[in-house]
Amino acid sequence: MTTTPQLTRTGLALRGVTLSYPDGESRLTALDAVSLVVAPGEFTAVVGPSGSGKSSLLAVAATLQRPDTGEVMIDGQDTGALGDRARTALRRERLGIVFQQSNLLASLTAVEQLLVLESVRGGRPAAARARAEELLTSVGLDGAKQRRRPHQLSGGERQRVNIARALFGRPSVLLVDEPTSALDHERGTQIVELLAEVTRTHGTATVMVTHDRDLLHRVDRVAQMHDGRLR
Amino acid sequence: MFVALRDIRFAKGRFALMGAVVTLITTLVVFLYGLTGGLAAAASSTVAALPADRIVFGAPAGAAPTVSFGNSTVSAEQQAAFTAAPGVRAAQPLGISLTRLTAADAAASVSVLGSPAELLPPLRQGAAPQDGQLAVGADTARTYHLSVGARVTVGPSTLTVSAITAERSYSHAPTVWTTLAGWERISGQSRPTALALTGAPAAAAALDRAQGTTTVALADALAGINGYAAEQGSLQLIQGFLFAVSALVVGAFFTVWTVQRRPDIAVLKAVGASSGYLVRDALAQAAAVLLAGALLGGAVGGAGGLLASAAVPFDVGPATVAVPVAAMVLLGLAGAALAVRRITSVDPLAALGASR
Repeated sequence: MTTTPQLTRTGLALRGVTLSYPDGESRLTALDAVSLVVAPGEFTAVVGPSGSGKSSLLAVAATLQRPDTGEVMIDGQDTGALGDRARTALRRERLGIVFQQSNLLASLTAVEQLLVLESVRGGRPAAARARAEELLTSVGLDGAKQRRRPHQLSGGERQRVNIARALFGRPSVLLVDEPTSALDHERGTQIVELLAEVTRTHGTATVMVTHDRDLLHRVDRVAQMHDGRLR
Repeated sequence: MFVALRDIRFAKGRFALMGAVVTLITTLVVFLYGLTGGLAAAASSTVAALPADRIVFGAPAGAAPTVSFGNSTVSAEQQAAFTAAPGVRAAQPLGISLTRLTAADAAASVSVLGSPAELLPPLRQGAAPQDGQLAVGADTARTYHLSVGARVTVGPSTLTVSAITAERSYSHAPTVWTTLAGWERISGQSRPTALALTGAPAAAAALDRAQGTTTVALADALAGINGYAAEQGSLQLIQGFLFAVSALVVGAFFTVWTVQRRPDIAVLKAVGASSGYLVRDALAQAAAVLLAGALLGGAVGGAGGLLASAAVPFDVGPATVAVPVAAMVLLGLAGAALAVRRITSVDPLAALGASR
């Protein structure tokens, strides 16, 4: 299995990133010379209206999409030079992604949602059970709930599993995609507070994209996205 | 197999349905495979078990020789030529025909094989038949209450049972064995049907040309039994179709299943699962379903065949179950492999956004 070399945790850096999509006979610019540096332990929110380029920014930062130009550095490594396998390995070992919908696998219990990552990494899931349970407990999901499947959990609980799963691989960069879109305000606030806490305790460089300005009270920095540009 | 086994446990109904389909197809294939073997034995075991390497077929005067026990006839000159040919250790004449056997309390269609004692199957009881005598198979003896010393009528001749042999069958009729002279009286023919060669003539083609014969390996001589090739070909064609259907059904199931799993696959890829990991996991899932279904089908088919063998010609043996089970698993895996290839084309980018 491909592994990434030992890297110092320096967080996420995007420099002059441009991304465009075909749009009929022309091209639509989703990211226009975007630069963003997020240090370990820093919680940055990227806000903007729908279509402003927030999701494209996250896709590029998550190495799920290659930019047309510019650099995406994770822990000092230029991801542009990496092939598909190396990018997959980088996501496995350096990145944690909190999805908009919880995106949990229907057949797995809460604790198994984390253990599957150990299987993906070539390890023994049984040996990682204690750590998975500890992580779930730390995000507020303990006891019998850890053995429940997604359909047996509430929306807020599913999102907590989602966050624990993103943290399981000890990532240095945590990318969060509209984490409260399916939650009411109270639960949304709890989730953002949890993200602020894990950013501090796990030392992750956290980027959260959201359109909800009411959730920004716990972030360290807010970057405004508009028409593909970051301000 | 982390996700594979949990998916099976979670979607029990769907996988049970697929497993049941594999079980039913395997059961059917085992039945068919056993029946094919049983019918092959009923049609050909007399010839297939001859202690010979090759069979020489001749033809009536003016006709071209073909691989056919029905048309073949060989002369004393041809037998002498093959006996003298370098590389041939023995050239034994054999005559074969179908007629009726009448015993004290029964009558049956039998195949009569006239030959030297060397071509007889293993004797269970008694001694090889002399002129006016007959050897019968063990099953035939049991069915018609025959024992050594019993008197039976075979065609126009009345003969005494001198031996009980291992059971053999030709053209779906149990074979009884007598001398070549005895066979000539029963069949009304004056020449043997074919020659059974031990060894191989050094210049077989030239010898065949010179003698107006055709010489084939023992296994190829089975095609000379009336209806054998057509019967086996038909059954094997059905088997082939069943195997193809099973591969298609399994492939179709896993295609649909993979399409349904695309969102999960996208998430797993987004969090770092390689395509190789996901394909291995999916193939392990297919293998688990196929193995469970095929083994159960093999067990049901084997047990059913064992029961059916009392009434129909069913070949009971390890290969009757093992070959269809192995073929089902391998062909099913091939179908599944084609289906789960789609995993490699799933874009992990689909995990982002609200598209799920």
